Amino acid sequence: MNFKLKDIGPQLMTVIAVVLVFGFFTYNAQVNMENRGIDFGYGFLSQESSFDVQFSLIEYDGSHSYFRAYLVGLLNTILVSVIGIILATILGVLVGIARLSPNYLINKFAAFYVEFFRNIPLLLQIFFWYFAALRALPLPQDAEAMFGISFLTIKGLFVPAFIWENFNIFFYSIVAAIVAIIVIRTHARKLQETQGKQTPVLLISIGLIFILPLLSFLIGGVRLSFEVPVLKQLATTSFIYEGGVSLPPELIALALSLSLYTATFIAECVRAGIQGVGKGQKEAAASIGLTQNQVLKLVVMPQALRIIIPPTTNQYLNLTKNSSLAAAIAYPDLVLVFAGTALMQTGKAIEIVSITMFTYLSLSISISLFMNWYNNKIAITEK
Amino acid sequence: MFKYLKQLTSLVAMVAVLFTFTTESMAAKKSKTLKNTQKKGFVRCGVSQGLPGFSNADAAGNWTGVDVDVCRAVAAAVLGDANKVKFTPLSAKERFTALTSGEIDILSRNTTWTLSRDADIGLTFVGVNFYDGQGFMVRKSSGITSTSQFKNGISACTNIGTTTELNMRDFFNSRGISYEPVAFEKADEVVAAYDAGRCDTYTTDKSGLAAQRTKMKNPDEHIVLPETISKEPLGPVVRQGDSVWEDIVRWSLNTMIEAEEYGITSANADSMKTSDNPQIKRLVGAEGEMGAAFGLDNEWNLRIIKQVGNYGESYKRNIADTGILPDRGPNELWTKGGILYVPPSR
Repeated sequence: MNFKLKDIGPQLMTVIAVVLVFGFFTYNAQVNMENRGIDFGYGFLSQESSFDVQFSLIEYDGSHSYFRAYLVGLLNTILVSVIGIILATILGVLVGIARLSPNYLINKFAAFYVEFFRNIPLLLQIFFWYFAALRALPLPQDAEAMFGISFLTIKGLFVPAFIWENFNIFFYSIVAAIVAIIVIRTHARKLQETQGKQTPVLLISIGLIFILPLLSFLIGGVRLSFEVPVLKQLATTSFIYEGGVSLPPELIALALSLSLYTATFIAECVRAGIQGVGKGQKEAAASIGLTQNQVLKLVVMPQALRIIIPPTTNQYLNLTKNSSLAAAIAYPDLVLVFAGTALMQTGKAIEIVSITMFTYLSLSISISLFMNWYNNKIAITEK
Repeated sequence: MFKYLKQLTSLVAMVAVLFTFTTESMAAKKSKTLKNTQKKGFVRCGVSQGLPGFSNADAAGNWTGVDVDVCRAVAAAVLGDANKVKFTPLSAKERFTALTSGEIDILSRNTTWTLSRDADIGLTFVGVNFYDGQGFMVRKSSGITSTSQFKNGISACTNIGTTTELNMRDFFNSRGISYEPVAFEKADEVVAAYDAGRCDTYTTDKSGLAAQRTKMKNPDEHIVLPETISKEPLGPVVRQGDSVWEDIVRWSLNTMIEAEEYGITSANADSMKTSDNPQIKRLVGAEGEMGAAFGLDNEWNLRIIKQVGNYGESYKRNIADTGILPDRGPNELWTKGGILYVPPSR
């Protein structure tokens, strides 16, 4: 190694400058906080939070710690992101394919949807869906039952709760079905490679995933009953449903607007991916006698996915980060619960904002790593 | 030639520096905030994003309200003009950070004085300009007339980042009622959601309820329940560590309240200079050296009364005449059955 000052000089100076700037700000913050009598520390996380949260996936109330409140917010953020990502992917793929449809109506409708929803700021869409839904939905006492057991009202969606007996047996039956499917698939692939025999794996898989759990009901002693929500009167004109599970309208509005918005971008990724596969590829596949379905499954999709995945990863990340707009419509996500209420009650701005930033960073990096892994898995393996 | 020019400029600069030093009083030197305010020519004041009666901007961007008047009083005292205020609307969540980070110099935003806020987060409360308490609003049609009729499963809309969330929990917990808190970041969304029927009740400070009720689609359909579930002394806040500035804000507020006590109004303030009562004369700058300790001239308090008025005038103009809370309740002077009582200016 022979370094020349000329080469490393500018880089060294840049590093020193960055360190100095950070050092300056850290030092300044320390001095300012000391002057104003503000302590720095993460000890508050174990203190009692003394505020309640509307909606939580884990047991929580004000007697739990701030750390628990942080977990509540984090889980709610993950919940709305996962729902959003799943819905956005399904809708995005459908619309992306629809945009390539030769059917004029479907094609133009998909194009209109994409242009309309991606060109309106997301916050406005969230407000629209939330307040439009609030105005449009009936009060609990006026709600019509859906299938006789669910109620969509201004106070949320009330659905029956499942009450299981011997739930573990049911759970094991599903695990057994999944294991069996994996074994059969590996075996089928081996058969295909060594003897060229094709097995109807899909049919067998569907059969297994239904039959095994069914058996657990018939002979395993698993019982499932429903707890249907019941209308309860609070005052002359105010009602609520009790029993069952309730999904707050805030969650529904947020998941809906996030997925409608992000699906437009995913649709464009999908369209680009499919159009990116050369026409010659399809013609070549058809010429060796593959059926239309096989062309799509074995030739087009594997190549299209390679184009689709990286930009779609960005959209997943955007959706997760955009979920922080939840605070505007009272969905108790990480920003509302932790960087909102908890920050206010403790006054620990630097600590809480740093934890929140680090959490979003970790979430995004996890999604990124997973998608990169998937991307590598479907990449061309050079032989 | 060039050499002389250089020497001349440095001489001018030196004289200028000396001049500023000599005109600056001791107090101003001690108070960085006062010095900065006088240099900028306006008071930087944090207010709410729109709470009628307390701090609210009209279509032309003019701010009015009792909280706004505290900042105007400080501007009148320090800069001689009650209009030299730059208002920064802040959410409940942003307000303390804006103050501690130095973005504003006074926070006058219906903020409750509590131990933890005063002690923990680098702030100092200077006084109380409104005695409030948390209450509940419900729809008249619900038939609820008292909080004792609340039942399990009630949903309550409110703001995040306020003492309201904590009081609400204490209240429902002590009565063993399960409830659904629906907490929004901004007051406008709380009002919209409650008005749409999302919640059975809307809870915040009673003054806030009275003010927000005027924003509802049909204000007459809603009532504020009689119970008060907490003490909410609201007042202006300053940064910790500048005691002169803290004193200026505190005594600007005190001057307004004491002026009412002695019957000094914006209309008669000048004529009060010749009063026989030495306490009145001190309040209009005609006796004693009441401004020197703050680094201000002697008529700072006269300017407050003349330009902003006394507390009673401010209350009447902003809260009573607008129909928000015609009855002054605890916010009446101690001499008239209320609890407004300030130390004497002397």
